[in-house]
Order: sequence, then structure tokens, then C-alpha cells
Amino acid sequence: MKWETVIGLEVHTQLATRSKIFSGSSTAFGAAPNTQASAVDIALPGVLPVLNKGAVECAIKFGLAIGATLNRVNIFDRKNYFYPDLPKGYQISQLAQPIVEGGALKIVVDGEEKTVRLTRAHMEEDAGKSLHEDFHGMTGIDLNRAGTPLLEIVSEPDMRSSAEAVAYAKALHTLVTWIGICDGNMMEGSFRVDANVSVRPVGQAEFGTRREIKNLNSFKFLQQAIDYEVRWQIETLEDGGRIEQATVLFDPDSGETRMMRSKEDAHDYRYFPDPDLLPVKLDDAWIARVQDELPELPAAMQARFVEAYGVSAYDAAVLTGSRALADYFEAAAQACGQGKLAANWVMGELSAALNRADLGIEQSPVSAAQLGALINRIHDGTLSGKLAKQVFEGLWEGTGEVDAIIEARGLKQMSDSGELEKIIDEVLAANPKSVEEFRAGKDKAFNALVGQVMRATKGRANPAQVNDLLKAKLG
Amino acid sequence: MSLSQDDVKRIARLARIEIDDAQAAATQGQLNTIFGLIAAMQAVDTTGVAPMAHAQELSQRLRDDVVSETDRRAAFQAVAPAVEDGLYLVPRVIE
Amino acid sequence: MSFTDASLAALAAQLAGKSVSSRELTQHFLDRINALNPSINAFVTVDADKSLAEAAAADALIASGRAAPLTGVPIAHKDIFCTDGWLTTCGSKMLSNFVAPYDAHVIQRFKAAGMPSLGKTNMDEFAMGSSNETSYFGPVKNPWDTARVPGGSSGGAAACIAARMAPAATGTDTGGSIRQPAAFAGITGLKPTYGLVSRYGMIAFASSLDQAGPMAKSAEDCALLLNVMTGFDPNDSTSLERDKEDYARDLDQPLSGLRVGLPKEFFAEGLNNDVARAVEAAVSELKKLGATTVEVSLANAGLAIPVYYVLAPAEASSNLSRFDGVRYGYRAPEYTDLNDMYAKTRAQGFGAEVKRRILIGAYVLSHGYYDAYYLQAQKIRRLIADDFAEAFKVCDVILGPTAPGTAFKLGEKSDDPVEMYLNDLYTIPANLAGLPGMSLPCGFDSASLPIGLQLVGNYFSEAKMLNVAHQYQRATDWHIRRPEGLLP
Repeated sequence: MKWETVIGLEVHTQLATRSKIFSGSSTAFGAAPNTQASAVDIALPGVLPVLNKGAVECAIKFGLAIGATLNRVNIFDRKNYFYPDLPKGYQISQLAQPIVEGGALKIVVDGEEKTVRLTRAHMEEDAGKSLHEDFHGMTGIDLNRAGTPLLEIVSEPDMRSSAEAVAYAKALHTLVTWIGICDGNMMEGSFRVDANVSVRPVGQAEFGTRREIKNLNSFKFLQQAIDYEVRWQIETLEDGGRIEQATVLFDPDSGETRMMRSKEDAHDYRYFPDPDLLPVKLDDAWIARVQDELPELPAAMQARFVEAYGVSAYDAAVLTGSRALADYFEAAAQACGQGKLAANWVMGELSAALNRADLGIEQSPVSAAQLGALINRIHDGTLSGKLAKQVFEGLWEGTGEVDAIIEARGLKQMSDSGELEKIIDEVLAANPKSVEEFRAGKDKAFNALVGQVMRATKGRANPAQVNDLLKAKLG
Repeated sequence: MSLSQDDVKRIARLARIEIDDAQAAATQGQLNTIFGLIAAMQAVDTTGVAPMAHAQELSQRLRDDVVSETDRRAAFQAVAPAVEDGLYLVPRVIE
Repeated sequence: MSFTDASLAALAAQLAGKSVSSRELTQHFLDRINALNPSINAFVTVDADKSLAEAAAADALIASGRAAPLTGVPIAHKDIFCTDGWLTTCGSKMLSNFVAPYDAHVIQRFKAAGMPSLGKTNMDEFAMGSSNETSYFGPVKNPWDTARVPGGSSGGAAACIAARMAPAATGTDTGGSIRQPAAFAGITGLKPTYGLVSRYGMIAFASSLDQAGPMAKSAEDCALLLNVMTGFDPNDSTSLERDKEDYARDLDQPLSGLRVGLPKEFFAEGLNNDVARAVEAAVSELKKLGATTVEVSLANAGLAIPVYYVLAPAEASSNLSRFDGVRYGYRAPEYTDLNDMYAKTRAQGFGAEVKRRILIGAYVLSHGYYDAYYLQAQKIRRLIADDFAEAFKVCDVILGPTAPGTAFKLGEKSDDPVEMYLNDLYTIPANLAGLPGMSLPCGFDSASLPIGLQLVGNYFSEAKMLNVAHQYQRATDWHIRRPEGLLP
């Protein structure tokens, strides 16, 4: 039997606010346990939540960025369950009337474009952390993370492979970091993915029973977990078994998924509107203000890059992989007026160097202005491509600005044709055999002569000029 | 409608309140008397009536995104049943 | 000059005139507490050193000329308000060891006004009760008859005013918890419009209904206390942003032209005859003062109890989930694992009535029942509020009994929850609508127990209600009477 995989993702993005969603505690990562847990965060008797405007604006930005409906009235509900990292015994979330509904995101897998629809995105508070190191057989609870604002982004079950799921997750990651609502740090848990996975026989209309893989914090794990889960579900079904709806965890060490014990009875959350919080109302003026703060979005920027800089659609997609990369490219392109050349350098030499050094574009030792200046020197004929690479190395090492490096290393392309002619004459004189062979019709001999000239000039000669002069002299 | 003893045990489990069979039986009786009182609601036609969740028809006030809290861990943990290294201790949690 | 029966204005005048210090005044009431509390059990925590230190600070404030109108006047706080450094138990074993690490907004306001605390008053556990019998710290006795209950849940607050152990007290009212004990104890108490007094630091029972208010000997005293208590609090999302008003400003206005609405549903079957007669006499008195009456209908008021016993337990079941033995409060000494720790902690830490309401709440919110119970209750809540809106088109204030009867005997209704719940028949509608309501003494029954008269006003009409109550109290002396046989 042939099987089809169906995947929907729920992504928890920590919103990049300074303070928590319902209290004035800091959201900074890495503080000593419970030192960023205020009276509200630890749910002392009598405390009350007050909503952070910054968190709402993050959600509005997201809704605008994916073309979703922003619910002008949205409501906070209580999701009731007991867990030690949940101090109130309920999580404040949005069930019936979330702030964002609908919208879509485009992904590209194997050169094919596909649209993934979004169901909704809602604001909620993060829980604390359980530390399972052994405290005499006890678990330690750190509530610093409790109350950190989250936007839970739920997709439709529109993905049909782990590759599509990863592409969607990456596109979402790009978007939320692009619009500045999430720092995207997956190691610190700022972007956590739950995958709802089911399989069904190809051609069957109804979905299979799904299992939810919780808390995947890297794209690699997302791929591995889905692949394992799909294999497991197919094997189970082919062996005559049934899939029970369940929540599972992925163990990166074994590469397997396993049932979560603590979720066994989490089935009746007794949601109801939080009486401590009033309906959140969004008005057009506020939405317009937030819209004005929104940067140009990846899709729009891609189209503009193709139009304004003459880059290919593929290159435009690569260059808008992150806002920092796109900003870098655009600054470099504007500094030199050579879009295609700038794109080649950014995606070629620069990306390779950054990869080797394991640096992000934000940490590039070569600034966009420097790269632009370098490209200018290529464009005006001062540098050959080969020399330019040497200058780039100089920039990377921080030895100075473009012209100073050219000067100091004597890398300037020879423009004095008199000097070049003199060298060519010397080369011709020293290589009579090659001259003879060329005249006998061997084209290869010509290339050898060009090589000799380039060597004699230490690569500073303009290859085109060398060609012309040689041809004239051998004419 | 009335609650069975299993209903009572189920909600006691949801509410994390230990209850034995004798207590469940007694509670069942009391709760059913109370639900008898509540049943008067069911006869009311509320078609088209908007539910009233709050006493005032207002919208949520928003706080500026500013850090205003300082570390009060020592004071808060002074009243905690069990702490170590700044952590609240609970019986081992198995995920 | 006796301070025992003096009005707050009189006490404030003596403090301002330096004929008495706050320390002396505070000591005077501490002495009365000391003498009377063993038989009344109105206070669960008294700390004379702390009270006197606060009184000394008030004296310094007076001496420096920076006194507020009630600076130096001591007050008792219901043990539902978190009070920094004081035990804050909410009448529960669950919090029997909880020293609050912060002050409730209401406490901050009284502290800022320079009013020393006399201690924390007894109450029904988590404010769930109408007799003060659900307190972990034992029932409060009604000073008029110590075999009887003082009402609840603010039973300690009402009893301490009746026994003149404090000149003023704070209370909270979710379904009548200020008004019903005020009626049973023969004092005056007011539940303000929902949102006027911050709920921050007031341990939540039913968040959409809870409201704090003043309890004292007279409407005038309540007006002065309300001036201190109300005000916008950014820490409570339901706190109202309004201009500050002086609730005493209209006390002396005549009542001519006042339209008093009499809801026929409040004078129907179930009302005790003595209570009915006293309330009717009060109506006649108001007419003498220039008021006219008009019959109004609160057709859905009869559904207030069913609606309340869905909504309040639903909210409470969630509000009380934080009491899990992890961060503060009681934790069961023995357990096998995490869930067993939760279940035993909560089984042992909560009393029977609290557990009952948590279970009701969990049930009505649980899967498959939400629409039939919770949502239906919220819709009828709207109908009840609409009835009031309609009534206030033709009257300025609604009048009726506070409770269907007078103080009952200890243990008389404690085995029958439904019988107990019916006590709040007349008070709950105002909570559901979010309207202000007050109770003031209007006579005594055949057993010489006080009877309460209830006024319900439109939103933000506290000054008008206090005006009506004050004019009534100028014409009558019910509020001046106090139980005999206690201390002089």
C-alpha cells in the first residue's frame, strides 16, 4: 500500500518583548533561578495580570505579515491543568477568539512553490522549567520563563513530507525574526515546534489518527522526528495495529519518539474566559500604526531585488533568507551600483568565508560598504576577479580599506599599456616556440602566452587587454 | 440530570482533590441537591442573549513593555514548603 | 469621652485636636479585642506591637501636619487581604502558615492614609460561606447572641464592629459577604460598583464578582472609608479609571424627590415577617423624609442563586488551583508522587465547603457541560443586569431586605448547603450586575436580633445611596444600638 503523510505544525515563538506578557518581570534569558519570577509570575494569592502592549503589537505584526484576519475583539481564556511549572494551575491563552486567524506562507521545496495555510495564531504565556537533575529524588522548578509571551502559530495540515515541514518551519522562522517579533534562538527555546503527524493510504480523503511530537528545537530534529514517526506509523498500520491519538517526545539520542507520561490525563482543560482580563480591542488607527513599523516583507523584497538589481528569482530568494542578509546585500549593491556582482559576491566569497568561520552575516568582518567598494574596483577595471579575492582576504583580516590594501600589496591592475607592451615583448622574445606554434594554428599556444604574461605581471594585467595586445602583436 | 459517583471521582481527579468512596458518596448527594437548585436555569430561553463575562463593558487596558520588577526571590521563597539552590522542589516529575 | 461608640469623624477630630493620640486610640481598641475576642472570635491575628508601631507612625504624621482626614483612626482588615509581614490565611488551613510578602492595594491605601491596622478578621474559608462557620479558625459568634452566627463571609469584620472592637473594618462581597453579615450584626456595610476598589492583593474567590468595601457603624463612616479605599490601580485590569470623588459630599442633601424602587420579587414568599415589617417601616420613614416609591420588577432575580452557583464556583475552581503545595502554604506531610502530593495537599488544606465549590466549578466547566451551565449562566446574568437597567429608568435607588431572615443559630444550616445558599437570595443580584449595594440596620426581630435594609444603586451612585442611608440614620437610631452585656 502507498501511504501519504499529513503534517501540521504548531510553533511556539517567544515574543521579543522586554517584559513578560502579564507582569513587569524581565524576559532576559539565563538569569539565576526564580530571580525573574515576580509575585504575578509565581502566582502569589491575590495577584492579577495586566497585558503587555508590546506582546499585542508583535501579534498584530505577525497577522499583517501573513495576510491574516486580525480579530478586532480577542479574548483571553484560562486553560486549566496542574503541573509544577504552571504556577496558577492554569495557562492564560486564547481559545475561541484568538488575535490572528487565517493567512498563508509560501514555501519552496525542490524548486516547487507551495502555499501552507495558517489556521490561527494566539497569544499565551510560557510555563516555567522543570529541572530534572536529582535533588534527593525531587525535581526543581525555575519560574523565570513563566509568563514569557508566546505567539502560538498553528498551521493547517497542509504539509506532505518532512521536507515540506522543515521548509515551512524555516520560512516561519525567517518571517518572525524578519519582522522582529522573535529572536529565533532555537537553542534557548525561542522557537519551538510541535508536529502533528498522521498517515493515510494515498487517495483516502479523511485524515489518519495523528500523534503530536512535542518541543522540537531544531530543524534537524524536526526532520528526524517526523521521518521516524512516519515510518513507525506506517509499520504499525501495516502490521495490523492501530494508531492511538497521543503526545510523544523525540529523543535525539535514539532518534525515536516515545509517549509522554505526564500528558496521559491532559484531556479536559476546562477553558473559560479569564475574568481577570477584559476583551482586547484593536482599532484601525493602532493597526495602521503597527503596519507603518513593519519592515518590507521577504516576498516583496524578493520581487524588488529582481526588478531593481537584476538578480535572478532564485538569488533573490537566497538573499532574503534573513533580514540581516538582505540588508547587507542591499547596502553593498547600493554602494557599488552593481546588483548582480554584489549578489555573486555575497552568496559566493562572503558566504563561504562566513561559513568557514562559523559566523552569521551580522558578525561579518567585511562590511557591506567595504564589499561595495571592492566591487567598484572590479567594475572600474582596477581589480581583476582574482586580485579582488586577495583584497577581500585583506578586508576579512582587517588590514585596512580597499584602496589601501590595493596600494599596499601592489595589486592594482596594470592600466599602462606601454608597460604591458614591454612585458609582452619580453614574453614573446622568451617563448619563440609558443609563438611558432600559434602561427602554425595551435590556439593552445596563445593561452600559454597569456598565462606567461599574467605570471610576469603577477596577475595585475587586465586579461582582456593582454588578449588584445597579444593578438595585435602576433597579428 | 444528576452526577454519578464516577462523575464525582472524575472531577475530583481533575481538581486534584483526594476523595475516597465514602466521601464520594456523600459528595454525590450534596452536589446533586445543588444541581437541583441550578437546574432552574435550564428552563430559561436565552436565545440571542449575549453572555455577560464582566460587570463592565470595557476593553483591556495595556501596560507599556517596561521591566518594572526586581528580584524578590528571598522574600518569596521564605514562605515556600521546599526550596534548594533557588528552585522550588516538588516530587519528581516524569515527562 | 468614650471612643468606643464615636464616629470616625469624631475620632478624627479628636486626633487632629491632639486630645487623643493614635497610640492611645489603638490601645483602647486592642484592649477591647483582648477582652472580647475569646468569646467572639472575630480576629484570627492580632499583633499589638505592629499595630502600635503603625499608630506611632500615624501620630508622627499628625504632628508633622501631613495628616489625611482619617490619619490615626485604627481599622481591622479582613484576612483575605494580603498584608506584608502579617499572617494572611483567608480562613483556610491551606494558608494557615502564609505570611504575605506584599500589601494588597487596599492595604496600601489605608497605610498611606495613616490608618493603623488592628489585626486580621476571621472569615469563611476563601470567603465561601454565609455564616462564618467554614473558617478553619472556628466560627465567629454574633455579639447580639453568641449562640448565633454573625453572617458571612465577612463575619469577623461585622462582629468586631458590632462589639465595638474596631471603629472600622474592611470586607469583601462576592454574593453578599459584606451586606449579609452587616445585616446580621446590626452594622452598616457597602459593596461598591465592581471595579471601584482594586482587587490586587485580595485573595480571589470569583474574580468577576469580588469587590471590597467598608464596614462601620454608620453610612457617614462608610463614606469616609470609601474615600480612602477607591481609586484606580494599574495592577488590576478591571480597576476603573475615574475621577476621584468625595462620597460624603451629598450626605446632607434632603431626600425630597427621591424615587425608591421596590422590587416585588424581594417581598415575595420566603421573607421572614419581622424582616418584612421592619423594611416596610423603613419605607414609611423614607417617605416621611420626602421620598416616593415605585414598584419595579426584577423578573430574573429569582435565578440569581442558580446563576451564581455556576459562575462563582467555576471561577473559584480555577482561582484556587494555585494552592498546590509548591510555592507557599500548606503541603501534605506524606505523599507517594507529584499527583498524590497535589491531591492530599488539597484534600487536607481545603475545608468541605471549599472543596464542594471547587468540584461544582470543575464540573460545570468540564467537557460537554460548558454550554449548558457556564454559558447559560452568563446569559441569564445579562438578563438580570438588564432588569436592573430597566428598573433604574424609573427609580434612583432600589430598596428591599438584605437577607430573608435574621441571624440563625450556629450549626442550624451548616449541614444543608442549599439552605445556606438561599441566605444570599437578595444580595447576589447586585454582584451579578456589578452594581453597588449596601446594608444598614432598620430594626430588630422578636428575638431582638438586628434586621438589615438593603439599598441597591445604579452604577457609581454610591454617594446617592450613602445620602439616603445617612438621612435615614439621622431620623432613626437603629445603627447606634449595640449589643448589651459585652463591655461598656
